[in-house]
Amino acid sequence: MDVMKRLPRQSWWQKYHLKTISLVIITGLLIILSAQVAGVDLAMFWGNLDQFTNLLVRMAHPDWAYITIIGQPILETIQMAIIGTTIGTCFAIPLAFLAASNIVQNSWIRGLVRFGLDLVRTLPDLLLAAIFVAVFGIGATAGVVTLAIFSFGMVSKLFYEVIETIDEGPIEAMKSVGARKLQIIHFAVVPQVLNQFISYFLYTLEINVRASTVLGYLGAGGIGVYLQRSLNEFNYSQTAVIIIMTLVVVFIINIISNYLRERLM
Amino acid sequence: MEKSPELTIKKSYYDRYGWLFWALIVLIIYVWSLQGLKLSGIQASASSVSKSIISGIFHPDWAYVYNGSGEDLVSLIVQTLAIAFLGTIISAVISVPFAFWAAQSPSEKWHVRSTSGKFVLTLIRTFPEIVLAIMFIKAVGPGSYAGVLAVGVHSVGMLGKLFSEAIENMDDGAEEAIVSVGGNATQVFALATLPTILPEFISYTLYRFEIAVRSATILGMVGAGGIGTPMLFAIQTRNWPRVGIILLGIIIMVLAIDSLSGWLRKKLV
Repeated sequence: MDVMKRLPRQSWWQKYHLKTISLVIITGLLIILSAQVAGVDLAMFWGNLDQFTNLLVRMAHPDWAYITIIGQPILETIQMAIIGTTIGTCFAIPLAFLAASNIVQNSWIRGLVRFGLDLVRTLPDLLLAAIFVAVFGIGATAGVVTLAIFSFGMVSKLFYEVIETIDEGPIEAMKSVGARKLQIIHFAVVPQVLNQFISYFLYTLEINVRASTVLGYLGAGGIGVYLQRSLNEFNYSQTAVIIIMTLVVVFIINIISNYLRERLM
Repeated sequence: MEKSPELTIKKSYYDRYGWLFWALIVLIIYVWSLQGLKLSGIQASASSVSKSIISGIFHPDWAYVYNGSGEDLVSLIVQTLAIAFLGTIISAVISVPFAFWAAQSPSEKWHVRSTSGKFVLTLIRTFPEIVLAIMFIKAVGPGSYAGVLAVGVHSVGMLGKLFSEAIENMDDGAEEAIVSVGGNATQVFALATLPTILPEFISYTLYRFEIAVRSATILGMVGAGGIGTPMLFAIQTRNWPRVGIILLGIIIMVLAIDSLSGWLRKKLV
């Protein structure tokens, strides 16, 4: 009984783990409800598993000759990602400065800018692609604009977080000798953030290369156009080549970008 | 890198002119990208279409919000959330063994087990989600179910990686305490490992749920259920007021889920 006296006091709901139990029950109920809404049927999955394995077997025999045809669209995909990311980043930089709390003291402007950036970030890439294909027509332009807006949302957030973590010393030094706002940004902020900016730019480029491979599925240029064609024609041996080549390209871009980012840090 | 004092004062040629080399490479990359893209093919109707899109967004089709048919905005958004939720739960369960497979032990940097696990997770992560969705549509037919399976499999790539990093960075004090009082492997796992990493696992799962909500909205574009299907249909039939209300619905849904999940994650960690 001595031991019991030394234990901390627990209220009755802590003692019976009521919080945990109710959370588990709520999660369980949500799972059951979601399963009903989504029409999940385990029997159907196991019943049709042979079709799925059949598809996998056909994909396991890639049509290697197809590589010569998809070389050009894969390069176009990378070009789209580079141009799109660059355009998005150019627009993101001024807004990142406007959203950083140590640059803009007015919380109204900052809040408004951040809310706008949040709104841009809510829209998924393929959704933007569908809209821009309707605007610009089928082709790489829609893809570049999609990637520009997509990377704008992402880069602006990453950049203003970088700006907010910088050392205040140089800024105060510049202020004390009477520098203007743009001079402060040029001489005290930019040298501190440049390496991290480049690093995040490369990271966004990585993500955009991955994203741009599927944008063409809706007509926005690049390898995705061929992906959609092969899937519609049930030509899975070609689909397999496209996926393998995409994986190879994404791996290579990741390796280059990781190497550069490690050098920058 | 240790440099002798003389070297740091007198800059080498690389230090002085190295940036020229990099600038040249960057220039070549941009020239190559710009000449390779055919950006001229903008259709003539571009400006009139964008005008009607903008007017559609400002004059949304309010009647579509709820009409009780099960094909309205609210029911489809609920369906989208259900796809994301169920898919994330499935992937969280699958990710746990993957995470233990891929987690590095602190003593060695390279190990067959952890390196192979990390490689498999990278493969899953890079496999395009919409291709997965199309593959599952062949197996279970078009609809939300295929979306659930696609989210469930694809999310393992990222969740497994985040979970394995959580295991690698775990504080092993609790484990050592249980070992030192003579606990066996099962007891160590149940009483020390699991309680230590569970909050982080749940937090990462919530974060992944935010991403899954975004994927679930686009999976419908290939026929895997949710709001994406009527969205693509409205775009293709140039029904801009309908596009406007769906966009509004998606934006509100994503903002609400992000802030809810952010609030929960702050409470957890």
